[in-house]
Amino acid sequence: MQPRFLTVQQRVAETADVVTLTLDNAPPGQAPPGFRPGQFNMLYCFGIGEIPVSISSDATCPERLDHTIRAVGTVSRALTRLEPGDRVGVRGPFGNHWPLAAAVDLDVLVMASGIGLVPLRPVLYHLLHERADYGRVALLYGARTPANLLFQPEIEQWRRTPGLDLRVTMSRAGPEWPGDVGYVTAQLPKIRCDPAATLAMVCGPEPMIRSSAVALEALGIGAERIFVSLERNMKCALGLCGRCQLGPLFICRDGPVFSWRQVQHLLPVREL
Amino acid sequence: MAQVQGVALNDNQDPDTRRLVITRDGLAVLLNALRRHGYRLIGPRLGDGAIQFTDIDGVDDLPQGWTAVQEAGHYRLQRRADAALFGYAVGPHSLKRYLHPPRLRLWRMHRDAMQGCSSDSGADPGGDPGGDAETSDRDPQTTAPAGPFAFVGVRPCELRALAIQDRVLLGGQQIDPHYQARRAGCFIVAVACGSPGGTCFCQSMQAGPGLRDGFDLGLTELDTDPTDPPQGQRLLLAIGSARGRALLTEIPHRPATAAEIAQGERVVARAADAMGRHLDGDGLRERLLAVLEHPYWDQVGARCLGCTNCTLVCPTCFCTSVEDHTDLTGQYAERTRRWDSCFTGDFSYIHGGSVRQHRAARYRQWLLHKLATWHDQFGSPGCVGCGRCITWCPVGIDLSAEAAALAAAAASQPGLPTAPPADPSPAPTSAPQPAAMPARRHE
Repeated sequence: MQPRFLTVQQRVAETADVVTLTLDNAPPGQAPPGFRPGQFNMLYCFGIGEIPVSISSDATCPERLDHTIRAVGTVSRALTRLEPGDRVGVRGPFGNHWPLAAAVDLDVLVMASGIGLVPLRPVLYHLLHERADYGRVALLYGARTPANLLFQPEIEQWRRTPGLDLRVTMSRAGPEWPGDVGYVTAQLPKIRCDPAATLAMVCGPEPMIRSSAVALEALGIGAERIFVSLERNMKCALGLCGRCQLGPLFICRDGPVFSWRQVQHLLPVREL
Repeated sequence: MAQVQGVALNDNQDPDTRRLVITRDGLAVLLNALRRHGYRLIGPRLGDGAIQFTDIDGVDDLPQGWTAVQEAGHYRLQRRADAALFGYAVGPHSLKRYLHPPRLRLWRMHRDAMQGCSSDSGADPGGDPGGDAETSDRDPQTTAPAGPFAFVGVRPCELRALAIQDRVLLGGQQIDPHYQARRAGCFIVAVACGSPGGTCFCQSMQAGPGLRDGFDLGLTELDTDPTDPPQGQRLLLAIGSARGRALLTEIPHRPATAAEIAQGERVVARAADAMGRHLDGDGLRERLLAVLEHPYWDQVGARCLGCTNCTLVCPTCFCTSVEDHTDLTGQYAERTRRWDSCFTGDFSYIHGGSVRQHRAARYRQWLLHKLATWHDQFGSPGCVGCGRCITWCPVGIDLSAEAAALAAAAASQPGLPTAPPADPSPAPTSAPQPAAMPARRHE
C-alpha cells in the first residue's frame, strides 16, 4: 500500500521538540477523506521512513489534518523539520476510535499526560461541538514542566470555555507556574462526576495509563467505561506485520483504543 | 489419531477416492508435465549440507537414498539403506520462503511523483495506486521469477502451515496482495511422512503424518523391497483436486492393489509411532496464559541467544519489517519488506526503548503467540509440529519441552485460573481474563 502525498500547510512549534503539521487534505473537486477521533495515520518522509501518528485536529474539518509529532527518532525528527509546502506521505486513517457515541448522556472524564493529549484533542473538539449531548465534561491534563505544555492558545481558550472543567497540572514546576504540581491522577478528587454514569478516556505514557485506570476504578468507574489508547511499534498498520501485538491484540487493528477491561490483565505484565 | 492419506478432498465437488500407483518413472513424467505446463518446480534437494526446499529440474534432483538425523540443535545428512525418494523429514526451508518471501520490494518512486500527484491518488509514477505494477515480482535475493509454483514433496505439517498462513494473510479484513498473488495457482504435490525426524511432533498437532486435504496430488511412498529393481520405487497416489485429476491423464499410472493400500497405511501408522517429540495441547493455551510471569521464562531466556533462527525456520511465523531508503542520487525511494523476528530488540522498539528488553520476554512472546494467543487471533495454534525450531536452535531449546515445563508450572499453581475460550472472530472481546499471577508494575 503506497502513501498518498499531502502538502504541509502550516507548521506550529508547540514546544522545543513537538511540532504540529497541518496537512492539506482537500483533493480538488472531491470530499476530503474523513477520520474519527482517536484514529491515526502512517506518515512517511521521502526515503527516510514511516511512523504512526495520531490525528490531532477536528474531525468535522477533515480538509485540514493536524498531526502533532514529538521528535524522538529518525522519522519523527525528519517530520518535525518539514516546512510549509513540503510533501508528506500519508496512509490511513487506521484503527478504531474513541467511544463518543457510548459516552452520550454520561459525564466524560478526559485524562491526558504529555503527548497523550494529541489523540484526545479531536475528542475535546467533538465534546465541545456537541456539548448538549454530554453530562459534565472534564479535561485533566498533565505535563512535565510548563515548557512542555501543548496547544497553549487552545488550552487558554478551553480554560474560559463554560461547561469544561479544565485541570492542568505539572509534574515539575518552579514558581513561574501558578497552578497545581503533581501527577494528573491527583486532580481526580477535585472533579465532580457521577461514577456510575461516567466514561473516561485516558492517554499518556503507559505507567500513567495504568495508574489513571486504577484510580478511576477506585472512584467507582467500571473497567468497561474506562478507555485507553495504546502505542506499539508498527510497520503496516493493517494487522499483517505482527509487530504491534499485545497478547492476543493487534494494536493497529483492534485498537489503538481499548476498554480497560480488555487490557487490564495485559498492561501490568512486564514486557508483554 | 489415525489418518488415511487423501481421504478428504480439496476443491473437488466430485471426490475421487481412487488409489493409484505410480513409479519413479511416473513421478519423473509428472514433474516434467508440471514444468511443461509452466510451473516453477520447487522441491527437496541436497545443498549446503541439508535437504533444502529449492528449485529442482526433475526427479533426479530429489535426495534419493538420503535422510537427515534431527535432534535439538542437531541436523546431519545420512545415507539410507534403501533408495527412498522421500525418506526424510522437513529441512530448514518452508513454503513461506516462496509465498511470503524473505525480502520483497513493495514499491519504488521518483521524488517528482511525490510532488505531482493529487492528495487522493497514488504516488506511483507509472503504475497503479495499488502499487502492484511497481511491485517487484522477483525475489531480490534470487532474481528468479515468482510462480506459478509447483511445490513437490510438501509434507502434511507444511500443508497445515499453508492453511494457517492463508488464514493469517488472506483471512482477515486486510489481506496481503503479494502473498495472494504468489499463492494463487500453486500446484501442490504432497507426500505423506514415512520417516519423521527426532524433533517431529505433527501427530500431536493433528497435522500429520498422513495426508488429509489441501493438495492436488498426494503421494505415499511404499517401502522398497531389497529384491526390487533399483528404479523400483512405487508411490501410492491420491487425487486431491480436479486440477490434479486432469494432470493425471498425462502420467502413467495403475490402480493400487489392496496389498499396496494396506502397505501405505502401514507406512503412515509406523510414522505416527516414530515421532521424536510430543506436545500435549490440551488446555495449553489456558495454562500458558496463567504463568505469564513465572520465573521459568527467565530460565529459558538465559539459554536463548536471540538469534532468530526459530522464527526464520518456522513455517507460520509471518512478522515483517519494512525498510525505506533512497538510491545514491536521492531521487528514487523504495520500500522493501523483509522477514522480522520478535527476538530482535528493534521489533518492539518505541521511543524510549524496546518493550521487550529481555530475551525471556521475547521468548515468551514467541511461545505464547504460537501456542496461546494465535488461538485468539486465528482460531488455531500457530504451531504445526514440524520441529524445525527445535532442530535449528543453536542451543537446542525445545518448544515441546518448554511448553510442557510451563504447563506443569501452571498445573502446580494453586487455583489455576481458567482463561475464557478463544474466540477469534471479534478480537476486542476475545481478550483472556486476568491471570492470577501477582502483577508486577514498572513504577
